[in-house]
Amino acid sequence: MVRRAALADVLGGAAAFAVLAAVPLLIGGKAAPDFVIRCAAYGLFATSLNLLVGYGGMISFGHGMFFGLGAYAFGLLMQRTALSIPAAFALTILIAAAVATVIGAICVRLKEIYFAFVTLAFQMLIHSLIISWVGLTGGDQGLRGGIPRPVFLGVDLANRIQLYLACGAALVIGLVLMHRIVASQFGYTLRMTRDNAERAGYLGVDVVRVRLIAFVLAAVFACVGGVVMSLFVSGAYPDFADWTVSGDGMFINMLGGINVFLGPMLGTVILLLLNDTVTRLTEHDGIVLGVVILFFAIGLRKGLLDFVLDRIAERRATAVASPERG
Amino acid sequence: MDLAALAACIANPGCVVTQATSGFIVGMLLFLVAAGLTLIFGVLKVINFAHGAFYMLGAYFAFALYQSSGSFALALIGGAAGSGVAALACERLLISRVYGGSVLMQLLVCYALVLILDDVVRMVWGNDFLSMGMPAQFQVPPLFVAGGVVPPFYLFLIAVALAIAVALGLALARTRLGKVVRAAAHNPQMVSALGINTGLIYGLVFALGGALAGMAGALAAPVRSLTPGMGFSILIDSFIVTVIGGMGSVAGALVGALLIGFIRAFGSVGFPLFTDGIMYMVMVAVLVTRPTGLFGRNAG
Repeated sequence: MVRRAALADVLGGAAAFAVLAAVPLLIGGKAAPDFVIRCAAYGLFATSLNLLVGYGGMISFGHGMFFGLGAYAFGLLMQRTALSIPAAFALTILIAAAVATVIGAICVRLKEIYFAFVTLAFQMLIHSLIISWVGLTGGDQGLRGGIPRPVFLGVDLANRIQLYLACGAALVIGLVLMHRIVASQFGYTLRMTRDNAERAGYLGVDVVRVRLIAFVLAAVFACVGGVVMSLFVSGAYPDFADWTVSGDGMFINMLGGINVFLGPMLGTVILLLLNDTVTRLTEHDGIVLGVVILFFAIGLRKGLLDFVLDRIAERRATAVASPERG
Repeated sequence: MDLAALAACIANPGCVVTQATSGFIVGMLLFLVAAGLTLIFGVLKVINFAHGAFYMLGAYFAFALYQSSGSFALALIGGAAGSGVAALACERLLISRVYGGSVLMQLLVCYALVLILDDVVRMVWGNDFLSMGMPAQFQVPPLFVAGGVVPPFYLFLIAVALAIAVALGLALARTRLGKVVRAAAHNPQMVSALGINTGLIYGLVFALGGALAGMAGALAAPVRSLTPGMGFSILIDSFIVTVIGGMGSVAGALVGALLIGFIRAFGSVGFPLFTDGIMYMVMVAVLVTRPTGLFGRNAG
């Protein structure tokens, strides 16, 4: 069973990658591939946030710090050391995991609202470190001068198409790995700590440990999103670590839906499309986005995919129930 | 970091007076905003992420009233009242729909309010920095205390905020309405079962919180520049204040606000770029040692 599900994930991932790879061939110009790369960066970030919010019931308002951390750590390693891209990538992941372990150890013990605030406070702390440590990070100017991209294993990320394919691959591999985590025994334990932490505790589950592992895993995937972003813009900016990134992540999850694995991915596409169109049409994008959020939060009370799937489930339930009635 | 400058300032009474006054200003404004935030949380159990927007509205209302009437007293009252009414409308129309819902929904509704209100202000008053200027009655030479500069308006601001703090504390502790509010914070079902309209209490508390934030905005208008995003930075600071002081505690808000005010005022001398960092570290230290804040009860 497990092996078959894993195989299905891998095949699905391969198919998705094939579709992504065909995009630049089918649609000319830079716009479509660039859009996909931004979707990859934000999609990885938002899906990783959903590991916490949807599966772990941990509402983090500071998840964006790992997005920013990934972008800065990778950018700095490439600029200041002679490491190859894969080595710098691996080291970035280790750094993010180490930072997340320390921050998570403090945060995951806290109750819902306090968890949200302390994660936000850590995010602001990292943001203010980035702003004030001008010698290392370039302060509010960001990491400038471009990120070098030496060729590794025949892959040249300075080439636009190869960069596109690499980002697409990062997205697909990241999603498949996260889906495996969610479907694993650990994933179900995490859901149990969300639904009833006390019961999980009585059953012998170490709730703090489970939450901490989820926090670190989510941080790692968010950091990969940040790496993709830094490769795309060839730099890193304080905005990447600002609280609004976390706010956007929450909004994306809300748009797409938190009870379906691909909900945040759909939310990412919607938000980026919405952002691009609205900012082109009007300067008052805040009002439009605000009304959309209110529609989802008060009108639907759930994300789009959640809403659609619930509707389908309701239909099925009535379809099954009606013959008995008649 | 420039700890030598900080040491030099602390050794010089003039510098201490100047920085302490500025610490009181920041602290008292923060207290007004944080008191509303903490009351709303205590009674409604909602984290009002849109609270900064009412501070901003108060400042802009006061600005508009002062421009048209020339009376600063009217501007103060109008700023507070206008924000209170706006808060009441937001609560009745939108936020009351997500009571008892998930924290995520509440945060998102408030996030939407921030986006919308910021943009409304941008539409009405434009995106540029606006400056209200010092009201005529306060355009007098500053006082000198031990070599430090103390503008009279600062004293007025501190006095008004302190009076509000005392009035708020007394009203909550002594009046019947205050008792009902505290009871509603403790057990809304019981209060409702006793025949009290809890929806009305919720609306009143939210409006009061909005009016306090609006008063802070109106008081800040002569000394701060007005810009559509001005609510956010004070919101983050007031969150820190409420977390340090304890969610739901007005006394905690006062202590937390003054603490943050002084960290800001003296931090700007010693380590101007890292004052934010110090604040977050203080907050984390408090949360780790006392997860419910300095004055928080164990209600979480």
